[in-house]
Amino acid sequence: MEIPAGFVMPDFGNTPAATGRRKMAFICSKGNLDMAYPALIMGNAALGEGVDVHIFFTFWGLDIINIKTNYRLKFTMAGNTAMHMPELARVRPGLEHVGIPQALGNVPGMTSMATAMMKRQMKDLGIPEVPQFLDLLQDLGAHMYACRLTFDMMKLNEYDLHPGVEGVINAADFIGISEGAQIVFI
Amino acid sequence: MPTNTLNGRTFDVDDQGFFTHREQWSEELAHDLASLIDLDLTDRHLAAIRFLRDDHAVTGATATLHRAQEVGGFPVGELCTLFPGKTAQKLAWLSGLPKPIACV
Repeated sequence: MEIPAGFVMPDFGNTPAATGRRKMAFICSKGNLDMAYPALIMGNAALGEGVDVHIFFTFWGLDIINIKTNYRLKFTMAGNTAMHMPELARVRPGLEHVGIPQALGNVPGMTSMATAMMKRQMKDLGIPEVPQFLDLLQDLGAHMYACRLTFDMMKLNEYDLHPGVEGVINAADFIGISEGAQIVFI
Repeated sequence: MPTNTLNGRTFDVDDQGFFTHREQWSEELAHDLASLIDLDLTDRHLAAIRFLRDDHAVTGATATLHRAQEVGGFPVGELCTLFPGKTAQKLAWLSGLPKPIACV
């Protein structure tokens, strides 16, 4: 059917032909819980918008796709001066904007506490945990790869990788795969 | 705010073209909208659309693809095949709902 004159409708882009599709490539180099989510969330959003998504996991980012580690990624307060606790507003209004003293981050148990807190906040927002998020990305058609050099360096096994990971590839392979993509390094 | 007319049916939309009044939607209108983007709505398309409308009636928000899978039981891979390209937006538009706000 012809689109009537003056008809206002969303821009769905052109037909999703393979040619001319937008492409994004993420490089995940960090293995902290809070550094795992950005690529997963943006990759998910991009896939929902019909964008091709490629994710390359390297260095500590390999922990995100290693099934022996990815369900227990951690968030630490140490070194994070932007760590606030919204709950402190109940103690005294304004405290929620005050950074937690750095020394507290090194107190035993603080990392577990901060991790549990972040996981709870994510759950409240309906965000899946990392392993389930990888399942989701796999179902949406994301292309995921492990970095050959760091995979060998850390003596990982292929059977420990999430099934959505297509392979262990080297840097040159990734440069080829990401041709024409917008690259996000995390 | 713009008003669209398609085959004698009138409905209000926002600047981007998404519905602003969900009650102005009907299944017949959805079929006509789908033909504008070269989609032929099957029972599976309509099942997903009905889920989004029912869910929106309860939550007041347009479901994301993740929610359609978790709560509605529609595999995201299937949704991407049914509504190729900008899946979440097409689904929301054909359901007569606003563009989804949530990130995941």
